[in-house]
Amino acid sequence: MTIAAVPATAPGKFATRLRHLGYILGENPVTGFAFGLLLFLVVVALVGPSLVPYDPLTTDTAMALRPPSAAHWFGTDQLGRDLFSRVVVATRLDLEISVLAVALSFVLGTLLGAAAGYFGGWTDAVVIRVIDTIMAFPLFVLAMGIVAAAGNTVSNIVYATAIINLPFYARMARTEVNVRREAGFVEAARLAGNSHARILIAQLIPNVLPPMMVQVSLNLGWAILNAAGLSFIGLGVRAPTPEWGILVAEGASFIVSGEWWVALFPGLALMLAVFCFNLLGDGLRDLIDPRRRT
Amino acid sequence: MKHGSMGGFILRRVIGAVPILLGVIVVTFLLTRALPGDPAAYFAGTSSSAEAIEQVRHRLGLDRSLPQQFVLYVEALAVGDLGQSIATGRPVAAELVSRLPASLELTFVALILAIVTAVPLGVLAATRPGSWVDHLCRVTTTAGVSLPTFVTGLLLVYVFYYILGWAPAPLGRLDSFLSAPPTVTGFYLIDTLLAGDGEAFWATLTQLALPAITLALFTMAPLARMTRASMLGVLSSDFIRTARASGLSRPTVLLRYGFRNALLPVVTTLGMVFSFMLGANVLVEKVFAWPGIGSFALEALISLDYAPVQGFVLMMAVLYVMLNLLIDVAYSLIDPRVRMAS
Repeated sequence: MTIAAVPATAPGKFATRLRHLGYILGENPVTGFAFGLLLFLVVVALVGPSLVPYDPLTTDTAMALRPPSAAHWFGTDQLGRDLFSRVVVATRLDLEISVLAVALSFVLGTLLGAAAGYFGGWTDAVVIRVIDTIMAFPLFVLAMGIVAAAGNTVSNIVYATAIINLPFYARMARTEVNVRREAGFVEAARLAGNSHARILIAQLIPNVLPPMMVQVSLNLGWAILNAAGLSFIGLGVRAPTPEWGILVAEGASFIVSGEWWVALFPGLALMLAVFCFNLLGDGLRDLIDPRRRT
Repeated sequence: MKHGSMGGFILRRVIGAVPILLGVIVVTFLLTRALPGDPAAYFAGTSSSAEAIEQVRHRLGLDRSLPQQFVLYVEALAVGDLGQSIATGRPVAAELVSRLPASLELTFVALILAIVTAVPLGVLAATRPGSWVDHLCRVTTTAGVSLPTFVTGLLLVYVFYYILGWAPAPLGRLDSFLSAPPTVTGFYLIDTLLAGDGEAFWATLTQLALPAITLALFTMAPLARMTRASMLGVLSSDFIRTARASGLSRPTVLLRYGFRNALLPVVTTLGMVFSFMLGANVLVEKVFAWPGIGSFALEALISLDYAPVQGFVLMMAVLYVMLNLLIDVAYSLIDPRVRMAS
């Protein structure tokens, strides 16, 4: 999703970008690895649920808390459910939550920030005040408060994660639009009789997209961490739905008695996803930031 | 720099924090009023008559308009009233205050641990780009931001408690066989020392070690990353070249000229670091059954006891606003330009 969103207006430009992408991947194999990992995660999220060997919800108390074996690659939990199946099935939900949340805050934040940077005045004052108020809270704590108050549902996790991510996009869009507000191409568009909305959407926002995409990638990892953290403390996703955070929470009580696999494998899956998005963010920054290009 | 202008600067910053605090109070008020279902029915208890619910509604002021309710809320806040915890039956404010030292002790120890490891790591990485220290720095920072705190905590418990047996069971601040030291500061590390109780001090330290390391690992990443980037930037600047060309010793160049200037952007990122830390604190407290305000809020959350959760959110926000204020003042102490500019 992030790759496709890199603006490619003309085919020639697209070819250049593609060649540049190939160059970056060749120069930095870590980014190539991250792209591969992302692809893997997306495939797992799409087809994983139909490939897993066991039903993620079927219990089998005779097989409770078995360590990893050939039959159960990641072992079984306290109810004898197959952990491998549960971890794989959870991928879709975790990616869904974070992608939806980041998409929501990206769209809202960009529009708010761009409007603030373009119009200035009281629009700017109001947006700044809202952003500052959100940022005045430790963000994870604010998300906790929102989910606790609005109700313990998955959609509220998405909204809460979107709200705490909003300031990053709004701030960035505001600054980037603000420096271009009086630029020649904007003046030209204005003189040609374009409306403010059209100038913002057709001229300014496409210009601020590249740095925003880096933010999106870095944010996705953070969004997954937040959503998993919320369900780890018992907010949002409810048992027995497989989700990485709640799987780790279920395994937490068995760590002290030595059954490490129940918490470790979902934890590793979570780490892998976050790691992937962070690496990708760094790679995209190399791709997009002209100062880092060689 | 005259002394008076510094005072004026601090005063301006404190006044600048007032609208932010106001915003925080408005948001927490709205969160309190957005409770699922009917707060009056909820506060009255599950098996109460319609009459009793009406009474509670009147007592809580829920039958008035929203602005009037807000005034009532602020009035209650002004006298430190955050409502009652249903689970414990005590005022939320008292509960929070009695548990705050546990959270602060954990946060401060973790912060100090993170600073003393991350800052030298970042500096070393910047002075030797491409060396093993640099690679170590890069791996720690990328891994550090990718590791969920609750997973790191559990792994540490497994390795150091279950396998090696070095750490005590992850159950709170102090072994249940030992009695808590007489409260002076509320920080067990200091209180046990003041009481001259070496055994309790050691027990406190071992209990604190794993949660503090967990939190520090998470905090190290942004600090080391920022220190490295900022130090690299400073070391490539002209005044460092001049200092080197003038034949100043390496430590002088690195520490007096390089490090002091590189510190500035690091201090500004501390605000974000605290935001992450206070959030991660909740998760670490849950993993280690640490009796801080985070655990208190989570217990309340599970028993659908909302007043403590809202009080917790407000307290964390106020704490965070105050920390940011402190960072601002510290920044202006390090960099006189900030004071001059304002």
